[in-house]
Amino acid sequence: MPSEDLSPAPRGTLPLTAKDFKSDQEVRWCPGCGDYAILAAVQGFMPELGLAKENIVFVSGIGCSSRFPYYMNTYGMHSIHGRAPAIATGLATSRQDLSVWVVTGDGDALSIGGNHLIHALRRNVNLKILLFNNRIYGLTKGQYSPTSEVGKITKSTPMGSLDAPFNPVSLAIGAEASFVARTVDSDRKHLTDVLRQAAEHPGTALVEIYQNCNIFNDGAFEALKDKEQAQEAVIRLEHGHPIRFGADGEKGVVRNPVTGDLEVVAVTEENLSRVLVHDAHTASPTTAFALSRLADPDTLHHTPIGVFRSTERPVYDTLMADQLETAVEKQGEGDLAALLTGNDTWTVERREGRERRADR
Amino acid sequence: MTVEEDGRAAGPGGTAKEVRRLDRVVIRFAGDSGDGMQLTGDRFTSETASFGNDLSTLPNFPAEIRAPAGTLPGVSSFQLHFADHDILTPGDAPDVLVAMNPAALKANIADVPRGAEIIFNTDEFTKRAMAKVGYDVSPLEDGSLEAYRVHPVPLTTLTVEALKGFDLSRKDAGRSKNMFALGLLSWMYHRPTESTESFLRKKFAKKPEIAEANVTAFRAGWNFGETTEDFAISYEVAPATSAFPAGRYRNISGNLALSYGLVAAAERAELPLYLGSYPITPASDILHELSKHKNFGVRTFQAEDEIAGIGAALGAAFGGALAVTTTSGPGVALKSETIGLAVSLELPLLIVDIQRGGPSTGLPTKTEQADLLQAMYGRNGEAPVPVVAPRTPADCFDAAVEAARIAITYRTPVFLLSDGYLANGSEPWRVPEVDELPDLRTRFATGPNHTLADGTEVFWPYKRAPETLARPWAVPGTPGLEHRIGGIEKQNGTGNISYDPANHDFMVRIRQARIDGIAVPDLDVDDPAGDARVLVLGWGSTYGPVTAAVRRLRAAGRSVAQAHLRHLNPFPKNLGEVLKRYDKVIVPEMNLGQLATLLRAKYLVDAHSYNQVNGMPFKAEQLADTIREILDAQ
Repeated sequence: MPSEDLSPAPRGTLPLTAKDFKSDQEVRWCPGCGDYAILAAVQGFMPELGLAKENIVFVSGIGCSSRFPYYMNTYGMHSIHGRAPAIATGLATSRQDLSVWVVTGDGDALSIGGNHLIHALRRNVNLKILLFNNRIYGLTKGQYSPTSEVGKITKSTPMGSLDAPFNPVSLAIGAEASFVARTVDSDRKHLTDVLRQAAEHPGTALVEIYQNCNIFNDGAFEALKDKEQAQEAVIRLEHGHPIRFGADGEKGVVRNPVTGDLEVVAVTEENLSRVLVHDAHTASPTTAFALSRLADPDTLHHTPIGVFRSTERPVYDTLMADQLETAVEKQGEGDLAALLTGNDTWTVERREGRERRADR
Repeated sequence: MTVEEDGRAAGPGGTAKEVRRLDRVVIRFAGDSGDGMQLTGDRFTSETASFGNDLSTLPNFPAEIRAPAGTLPGVSSFQLHFADHDILTPGDAPDVLVAMNPAALKANIADVPRGAEIIFNTDEFTKRAMAKVGYDVSPLEDGSLEAYRVHPVPLTTLTVEALKGFDLSRKDAGRSKNMFALGLLSWMYHRPTESTESFLRKKFAKKPEIAEANVTAFRAGWNFGETTEDFAISYEVAPATSAFPAGRYRNISGNLALSYGLVAAAERAELPLYLGSYPITPASDILHELSKHKNFGVRTFQAEDEIAGIGAALGAAFGGALAVTTTSGPGVALKSETIGLAVSLELPLLIVDIQRGGPSTGLPTKTEQADLLQAMYGRNGEAPVPVVAPRTPADCFDAAVEAARIAITYRTPVFLLSDGYLANGSEPWRVPEVDELPDLRTRFATGPNHTLADGTEVFWPYKRAPETLARPWAVPGTPGLEHRIGGIEKQNGTGNISYDPANHDFMVRIRQARIDGIAVPDLDVDDPAGDARVLVLGWGSTYGPVTAAVRRLRAAGRSVAQAHLRHLNPFPKNLGEVLKRYDKVIVPEMNLGQLATLLRAKYLVDAHSYNQVNGMPFKAEQLADTIREILDAQ
């Protein structure tokens, strides 16, 4: 039976390689899909965890990205649309010896499954949620998603979509997430680095991965990938470092002393000291949230990537296990016979002319 | 109310008051939602249980927590039937009505037969309160109650008077009037009082002043009965010594029995119990109860919604727990997709549906049996799910254990269909010995279960056990058995994604065959005369009233057979043969004929449907009349 102790998933005895995490199933994403790069990065990173492979579980919902578990040679469940965080919550809260990963997409996590996502985040269940955001519905062939930009022309919105998009990082921070990061499918080093930090985080970690859908939304993140454009677009967040970007760090993020909001400025000698130093570990979510609002949802200019927030707070499954232990300490191990009997019984005697008597 | 024998006994005060012996009594306490009628009923029940009567209860309350005071919708009542022999229902009509206000009288008087006793709280029969419910003239004065034996009692005034010595406002003191009424009724029926006094002291342990006030009011009520001339007669109902097999007994409600059944099943399966649930009337009490038993390793997770409740349970099932979700009809509707996933994943999962009046929000606090077809068919695709239904409050324990047996043995979600009447009703229960409960232990997969042509040993998650067609339960953490499962159709055996037409046809049929092949006991038919031509077939909570009706008919010399289904899917193997044995099959249901529809479809039998969907259980007399008419027409 699953161990009840509070230790994390058991360490594996043999060193594993990326190959050990490849299942025997044929990968069926479209050629050129960003999901391949993420799969390779995850398979390449998994051995680093040093966990026994059998103690790792991938749970997904529905959508292109949610086929992910089939390709991982771990335990896995491809569930139903939007419900992966709920299912994974049940698994993680009942089995603390497992390392549970959720793979989801922008439609799965933010549309049909939005409720489960925010509640998993606020509870801080020990889950690592990889949210593949391609800003489009791929599996249903190209309708706009809850992260698509306003005015998006798709099959279901021939005159342009009317919905204001969600910013997944802002949403997660607003939902009390203790760990929130963003990375990009094509930047394997950055992706791996963020996954590593997510894996080490006790509690729920949400990693938004910008992922290219080359069929229905090709080039959605080109501004972040094209070397030249990236200069203006990408802000790399590193804990303890000043938030600077552009050629030679010519730009920086400062706090406007009047509004308190964050803004991008050209760094000068005068304002150098005002450039914000990124603190992912601060308890207050205010600055992380402000950072998440810097990006322009249309041009993607000033898009921070990296770990926005990584703070420790009590982990739900640990608290749940603690309550079970406390209950045993206080009441003793459950005694079924005593439970069923209760405190208010009477006995009907065997034999003729039997009598009843109260037991109390 | 049957009077068997009259007698006289001297009361402690020396006043000789008449004592009559009865074989059974039905009491109904009725008042405002805030008057504490449910508590009063519970206490009288507890006293009655420990005295050793057989009993059956029917709480009846509005969905609103505190409906406007003094109005008809705000009336809450508790009916209790107790006897010196075994009884099956909470009684058709009260012999005694306790009406705490005019609304309670108005809402209940139609159920009270002439000649019954009515105790009023006259303090509440003010002009204004009476006008609120449409009494222009006081019913106490207009002669409309002439046919009843009325006892006008100023319950509030007497209670306040009794609590004079306490530092309580008039209003606060008046709150104890329900305990005064309980004391009075306890005197009338010679109930033991220690348990109520100790209950009150425990309940108000943190407010000893309030505890003592309630005990004082309770005793004052008793003494009032003892001394006042209005109550000249008290009644004895002897313990039901011959009604019960030997054993240790307690009183238990359906939801409590069901909760205990789940804990017991997990213990007997040696699996941790995991409940994923979202609060919903009338199922929430199971969540409350199970959350108290963490020392049994029970994990309860109050989810963000119904879908997450079952989702978490399914996740825990994947991890090797005995997983349960509890809900009522509207919640089942939300859980449907996940139930379908559980069908596809072939994992054990209990779905407890405490049925209530529908559709939609319907009647949250009233009973109904109208989710049977939802449980049977309420999913996309061919998604068969076994269905088990308890028949009495105490039977909820055994039904829960049986549902767990099926889920674990056959690796399938299972519906447990209780209802509001069973959930809140209570009756004596013989406490089982732990070792008489079934052994539900199962084996998790530990290694390869299949050899490929080249001799390689592999694990196939969908390779089935030949006798049950169940697949292996391979829980994460088991080395070498890493596998992926999901809602997409899969190849039999390997479990790999498969869109192959022949494989899908095979999988649909084998999932059905697995459920059809579940071993369930044959249906017992009760036909003491052996010559009955008419069978009454019920399921679920109609057992009590149906059995009571059948007894009445037999007592009148009529011959009628009775059978009651616990297993609705699959049906017992002998059901078809049983149905064909009778000229007529009557199916009483608290819906518009859902079981009858299933029987007609499967067995081509002309089942005669008799239906009531008024949120209340059948009355035995009304059922007996119906069956009698059908017998007469034969």
